[in-house]
Amino acid sequence: MSGVELALQTAEAHASAAGQRRRWLRRYGLAAAGAVVILAWALAAGFAPWVTPYPPDEVNVAGRLAAPSAAHWLGTDELGRDVLTRVIFGARTSLAVGFVVVLVGGVFGTLLGAVAAYARGWAEEALMRATDLMFCFPPIILAMAIAAALGIGARNTVIAMLVVWWPKFARLARSLVISQRSQDYVAAARAVGFGPVHILLREIIPNAVGPLIVLVTLDLGNAILVFAGLSFLGLGVVPPTPEWGSMVSEGRELVSQWWVATFPGLAILTVVMGFNFVGDGLRDWLDPHARRR
Amino acid sequence: MQDGADARAPILEVANLRTWFFTDAGVVRAVDGISFRLHPGETLGIVGESGSGKSVAAKSIIRLLDEPARIVEGSVRFRGRELTTLPESEIRTVRGAGIAMIFQDPMTSLNPVLRIARQLIEAMTAHGTFTAAAARVRAATLLGRMGIAAPDSALNSFPHQFSGGMRQRVMLAMGFANEPAVIIADEPTTALDVTIQAQILDLLRALNADLGTAVILISHDLGVIANLCTRVLVMYAGEVVEEGAPEDLLSDPRHPYTWALLHAAPRMDQAVEGDRRLTTIEGQPPDPRAWPDGCRFRARCPFAIEQCARHPELLAVGAGRAGCLRGHRPGGHRAREEHGARRPRYRRRRARPA
Repeated sequence: MSGVELALQTAEAHASAAGQRRRWLRRYGLAAAGAVVILAWALAAGFAPWVTPYPPDEVNVAGRLAAPSAAHWLGTDELGRDVLTRVIFGARTSLAVGFVVVLVGGVFGTLLGAVAAYARGWAEEALMRATDLMFCFPPIILAMAIAAALGIGARNTVIAMLVVWWPKFARLARSLVISQRSQDYVAAARAVGFGPVHILLREIIPNAVGPLIVLVTLDLGNAILVFAGLSFLGLGVVPPTPEWGSMVSEGRELVSQWWVATFPGLAILTVVMGFNFVGDGLRDWLDPHARRR
Repeated sequence: MQDGADARAPILEVANLRTWFFTDAGVVRAVDGISFRLHPGETLGIVGESGSGKSVAAKSIIRLLDEPARIVEGSVRFRGRELTTLPESEIRTVRGAGIAMIFQDPMTSLNPVLRIARQLIEAMTAHGTFTAAAARVRAATLLGRMGIAAPDSALNSFPHQFSGGMRQRVMLAMGFANEPAVIIADEPTTALDVTIQAQILDLLRALNADLGTAVILISHDLGVIANLCTRVLVMYAGEVVEEGAPEDLLSDPRHPYTWALLHAAPRMDQAVEGDRRLTTIEGQPPDPRAWPDGCRFRARCPFAIEQCARHPELLAVGAGRAGCLRGHRPGGHRAREEHGARRPRYRRRRARPA
């Protein structure tokens, strides 16, 4: 068979509906699965009081550390609280914290990096040295130190995370703005008489938004993981608020009552992987080079 | 301009402008003392080879250059107002509204992620000249005026849906959006193919005639400039070396650089006969970090004499000006050539067979 015929056949196969579906699945199947998982968690969190069988703080000492059963699908913890209920309520905290940290930190970091890159000079230099300083410390250690200094509680932990969160967005935004600011359309916009605020917000940032969205999505999982980690270490939420990290922590010494730690752990795993898959899919979708493959 | 002012008062006056780039590798004197005037409604061409400083000169007028470029000397007066010392917030009101600029590459000069409508409308509302509603109506009218068929659907398009010629028409619409008094077109047709080039130039000519907008057309193509402009500046090594009407310049160049530029370009109206060959200009343009003393064309000039070591003034010659010691003197290089006393030592190469 000649190369041309082969190419034609391949093209036909690709054009067929089944082939297209297969190709789409291969490329975006994981992302779609991730999106479904996240959507499910979001719905569960949103409707938590209606989908959970027990109130999250209902203590039942008589039925403590009960194995998974028809009454308690995922068993009960040391105080006899229903693990399924607490895992579902825990999604509220985790998702809320993830979104707040990434969106607030992302917007703040992006604006800071973009302004610094567009302004150039000492502002840019100062910002970059500040981010260098932040990158010197492992983020979770730094967040721990700040959270410990501020005192235990979800709000303080979020503040601590925000402090360590913005630099990567500032870095990315800076590099994106630098690559855009010397483009011809920026010179043309200046020649029209637009001011720097308009050029930055209305002309440059729309051109840079793709990679930022990818980072936001990939980072949501990361933020949830870090918050769970801080909670695990006792810095996150105040008990008895249900939270995945602190639930894992409570169950970590209960080896024979494996369900206490395992299910919140699985919850963390699925959410983080879900966000990662969606982020990867978005990156492929937004990157024309990867898309053409 | 005030009422009753002299109609011939220049709308734009550039005097002894010097724009230098302060780079790590040295001071690049890209524009090094140019002067010219632009009258209302006039079409002025600036011609010169790459690196002669024509684009930098144009951008200096509305101060589009950033560090390390600096205007170190000279003045730019627009309607009598000095632009070189204007604060950034005020020069912005001049850009687009008073003096607009069109760039070389229409493929990259439009924002790729924004619809044409938004780019055009925002250009018009930026100066408060038009309300959003008025701008929307005018945007379609403008595109139609620029020769875009179906302007309404064009407004809803993204730049990548247009060809280069279409995009340059959109850029022209942006340029003319606020009815500027001066439009600077920096090689507006270089990136386009020849037929589109002619259309864009015709459009520019028509806009100049209809709206009375003064045009500064920058090009390395003397043909393009002669086609459109009533006056031409020839730039070499950051300076103006000759100025005049295009017909005079083409038929009777006074500066040897202009002469060489003319002879380096093939001409449609001159048959390629046995002896008629294209000439190249020997040597390289001088290093802009260290312009030579005296006449900057001296090292490449076949007519150079000892006195050329002194920097020549730009002197009135006929209706124009020329910066050559010998260009305006009897017995200068033109006389010599006419008498066949000495053929220029430009390297000759065979013109391509037709």
